[in-house]
Amino acid sequence: MLFWVIVKVGIRSLLANKLRSLLAMLGIIIGVGAVISMLAIGAGAKQSVLARISAMGTNLLIIRPGQSGSHGVASGTQQNLTLADAEAVLAEAKGIRRLAPVVNGSAQVKYLNRNTRSNVTGTSITWLGIRDFSIDKGRSFTEQEVENGSRVAIIGPVTAENLLGFNDPVGEVVKVKGMSFTVVGVLTAKGDQGWFNPDDQVIVPYTVAMKQLFGLDYLREIDIQAQDGFDLTVLQDDVTSVLRKRHRIPENSDLDFEIRNQADMIRATTDITKTFTYLLGGIASISLLVGGIGIMNIMLVTVTERTREIGVRMAIGAKRSNIRTQFLIESMILSGLGGLLGSAAGVLGARIIAAASPFPAAVEWSGVLLAISFSAMVGIFFGWYPARRAAALDPIESLRYE
Amino acid sequence: MIIEARGLTKIYHLGGTTVAALDGIDLDVAEGEMLAITGPSGSGKSTLMQIIGCLDRPDSGSYVLSGEDVSTLSEDRLAEIRNRRIGFVFQTFNLLPRLSALENVELPLLYAGLPHAKGRAAESLEAVGLADRMRHEPNQLSGGQRQRVAVARALITDPAILLADEPTGNLDSKTGDEIMALFASLNRQGRTIIVVTHEADVAKHCRRQIHLRDGRIVDGAGAA
Repeated sequence: MLFWVIVKVGIRSLLANKLRSLLAMLGIIIGVGAVISMLAIGAGAKQSVLARISAMGTNLLIIRPGQSGSHGVASGTQQNLTLADAEAVLAEAKGIRRLAPVVNGSAQVKYLNRNTRSNVTGTSITWLGIRDFSIDKGRSFTEQEVENGSRVAIIGPVTAENLLGFNDPVGEVVKVKGMSFTVVGVLTAKGDQGWFNPDDQVIVPYTVAMKQLFGLDYLREIDIQAQDGFDLTVLQDDVTSVLRKRHRIPENSDLDFEIRNQADMIRATTDITKTFTYLLGGIASISLLVGGIGIMNIMLVTVTERTREIGVRMAIGAKRSNIRTQFLIESMILSGLGGLLGSAAGVLGARIIAAASPFPAAVEWSGVLLAISFSAMVGIFFGWYPARRAAALDPIESLRYE
Repeated sequence: MIIEARGLTKIYHLGGTTVAALDGIDLDVAEGEMLAITGPSGSGKSTLMQIIGCLDRPDSGSYVLSGEDVSTLSEDRLAEIRNRRIGFVFQTFNLLPRLSALENVELPLLYAGLPHAKGRAAESLEAVGLADRMRHEPNQLSGGQRQRVAVARALITDPAILLADEPTGNLDSKTGDEIMALFASLNRQGRTIIVVTHEADVAKHCRRQIHLRDGRIVDGAGAA
């Protein structure tokens, strides 16, 4: 009963000095708001990066040629990753579910009088499974077509749309770098991944791509999918030692290829997000500290201003502890309300940033709750000293205070 | 006896000199009395009022209030006694701003943790003739009305004594007379009232008057 009266009186005295209360809360509002919107953007970025990584497929290892050059000066991609390497890895490393050699590049693609520039990937039929693509219309290649170097192509839905409009592309003939390819299938849409759109590409057998389209005798990439449950790190070590032997690289020397491990990518993303979160936590505590000092300042002014009121309350029977509680509650209302308003501002800010920029935002409600309860604690901490001063006032002196 | 005070002294140290604000005060007040404590400024009447009102403790001497020696009690216990047994009325009314008349009056009950605060506060306001002003805040009330709210607040816990410190000091003489008439009628209903004042006109309303000078009672002590 007394508690609610104290809360009511506290809210009223805060309302009586609206501008002052707002200014006192501003530090907390800005701090909490900034942290919540930043955390939301960070969490949104993490989610979208993780989504992109998992859109690449699962249990993935990607082998790429290393950078050539010496003494740490990179001067171009090496041309040492061969089809024979891919075959050796598949034969010797344990735990591989499937493997695909990859050559790729950008090329002009034409259909009748329309043309577009697309990413062209030359690979084997296993690649679709490794990269988690599926066929929407038509079919994939056959082993036979890959072996024979048949000019067949699977195209992405965006490429199909660009080139052929709404016509069914299966069976049509498109020209890649002037060579005719028969479209045998269309991929199911995956959605734009930001740095690259998997829906805008042309997939052809690697045999044709290497010999005829790009004229290459080396690979750009070998994609490996591990067996379910097989440790990617173990497989990575295994593949590394197979390739080290084939490329005659002694132990302790730098590799001339690099292996990207999907588990590492996820871990790296999570680590970056974690660092980001700690950093924001640090900024948050500093801004809460500054906000708390602002509140302490206002509470000290309030106590001085209301000296007479404190004297009256003591005269009619308030104990020192009642007075202390009253001012503690008032400073908690101030900081808690600041935290609440700051959270609202943060959530709103995150929505606005998400709507106005390509960054997605995911508000973490646990963070909002934490921010509000932390702000209330700041109120207790920084309200303690002013409340103690109020409670220590002499009732006689206070009653005389003008 | 509601008040039995023996040998009350209170000494203030101001810089190098010591001033005996109270210098051996003996005072008995019977239940149902209406008493004026008068004296020039510096006579010690404010100090005496603070000790009688349990806002302060004497340096020596004993003070028994309704049978309990309160001269050595802890601060918290004194707060309870102020809350339950003493009703203060001040010169400057000392109502809390931003609280309605009703909320001001119920405040002592809330600190006491007593039930039915709203209803009792309303009754108390009716008793001082302010039934139609309950929702008003102090700054919407006249001086006389504010002092009536203060009286209602002082009476809400049914205290042993009503202690008024220059209750008419901030009122015009007509309103002041009305407040004193209110006190007189409360006294007729059996309330013990002590008025501290330097105005002879105000003291006149009280049947018994004691006069202080230099911390001593020079006139009217003991007589009931």
